[in-house]
Amino acid sequence: MRKNKIFEDIVHAIFLLLGLITVGCVVIITVYLIISGIPAIKEIGLINFLFGKEWASTAADPKFGILPFILTSIYGTAGAIVIGVPVGFFTAVYLSKIANSKVRAIMESAVNLLAGIPSVVYGLVGMLILVPAIRKTFNVPDGSGLLAAIVVLAIMILPNIIKVSITSLDAVPIEYEDASYALGASPIETFFKVSVPAAKSGIAAAVVLGVGRAIGEAMAVMMVAGNVANMPSLFQSVRFLTTAVASEMAYSSPGSLQRNALFSIALVLYMFIMLINAALNFFLKRDKEK
Amino acid sequence: MKKIIRLLTVMLLLLSVLAGCNKPNGEEEKGTVATDGSTSMSKVIGALGEAFEAETGITVTYNATGSGAGIAAVLEGRCDIGLASRGLKQEEKDKGLVGTVLAYDGIAIIVHPENPVSDLDLETIAKIYTGEITNWKEVGGDDAEIVVIGREAGSGTRDGFEDITKTKEKCVYRQELTSTGDVITTVGSNSAAIGYASLASVKESVKALTVGGVKATEANIQNGSYVVQRPFVLVTKKDVKLSDSAQKFFDYMTSEKARDIISGTGVVPAN
Repeated sequence: MRKNKIFEDIVHAIFLLLGLITVGCVVIITVYLIISGIPAIKEIGLINFLFGKEWASTAADPKFGILPFILTSIYGTAGAIVIGVPVGFFTAVYLSKIANSKVRAIMESAVNLLAGIPSVVYGLVGMLILVPAIRKTFNVPDGSGLLAAIVVLAIMILPNIIKVSITSLDAVPIEYEDASYALGASPIETFFKVSVPAAKSGIAAAVVLGVGRAIGEAMAVMMVAGNVANMPSLFQSVRFLTTAVASEMAYSSPGSLQRNALFSIALVLYMFIMLINAALNFFLKRDKEK
Repeated sequence: MKKIIRLLTVMLLLLSVLAGCNKPNGEEEKGTVATDGSTSMSKVIGALGEAFEAETGITVTYNATGSGAGIAAVLEGRCDIGLASRGLKQEEKDKGLVGTVLAYDGIAIIVHPENPVSDLDLETIAKIYTGEITNWKEVGGDDAEIVVIGREAGSGTRDGFEDITKTKEKCVYRQELTSTGDVITTVGSNSAAIGYASLASVKESVKALTVGGVKATEANIQNGSYVVQRPFVLVTKKDVKLSDSAQKFFDYMTSEKARDIISGTGVVPAN
């Protein structure tokens, strides 16, 4: 009996330790980002840093304004949501409620595959197919820019939106729908007036998850956005928060203001992600309370 | 009992693997060579230093501070060999510094293969990059807006290009890409694009322009007729003898053996 108790305790301790690894990583990353991100913000000044419109990190008179990056990240993510959410949402409704099991199986595995494609592949295809296509379609000198990034991001967030939405739509009790049919509602009326409202918070969570993925993506965006620190406009070359960090990190010398400013950008990005996580928690919690 | 024996064997095996990793770490400290200077030379010095260390066991340290700082460091005796990505000025030579050209960094100006323009002079290239000339027809090409492709801030190639064309901080880029390969791919897929890339990595998919009528070839870079280039210079002091290990590294870098390593990093060896 006692032996059993000791065994239980040991296992308990091991599991606790494993759990703490994750927590530890989060704590270390947060603390590190704050410690290395603060000095540059102090030196540049918070207002100048967040609302400065010019970024010229290697100039003789360097400028560190990240407003173009912040706006680009927001616009880019918003654009991806505007395109990606309707497509993802209706796909989810179709797969969960309308499609027969064979179609659903095939399409769901396609969605899973889409989720598994590495972002560098999205970037490569975007660079070689999407960018020239945009150039020809809109008759602009160069196709890389905000629009190309939005399209790539919209495709990348589709699997997240579809999968989470399907899960919450599937979880709607069949009795709700049966009741609706019994009252004489047609299937489409039932789906959009009964099932979707019932799965509302799950779908909202799916959207927030998509936002999180879009705002954090670096590689694919770097390959199609052009990476010039312009104020965002659809056909202009733009730089996101993520790509601002990624593209200059390699050559910035350690300890320089440029390197420190990159950490500060990462800190700003991290704050955005925290906000998104808080939103996600809010939606999920509301779901539970019901 | 059997289990315990098995466990012990496994542990022994693991230990022996670990011991294998822990090989005698360089018989003795053989001294180090300190280099200091141009950030653009990090690749070539890194490759040479690595090969040299593998051969002799002497460690080469490299401090990326910039050409001017590297030259100052040699002058003040803070490093063994200074690295400059420009020729020494007369006043620097007067202070007793000697420059030995290690390699030439040749930068090719590339356009789409179907672009009818095949020659530009340095001044025109500078004007295109600063946004003074924005259409290909102004330089004898088709009526199309020029798409100016460059590298990210801090890149050695960008630094070299802007240095040579005297367009530092004045370039108006349409795209800033993070690798030579990306530049070549992008220029190769857009008929109105112009870009720059180190000569060694230029491929068939793009056309390298002649600059002022001179083709970008290794020979033309070595004899100086192709102007979009700059020397990588090893800076030493005339009257101060290098330490044994520094002298060894210096000889190694200028030897026949180092040629392949140097050209492997995308620059043209000087000797």
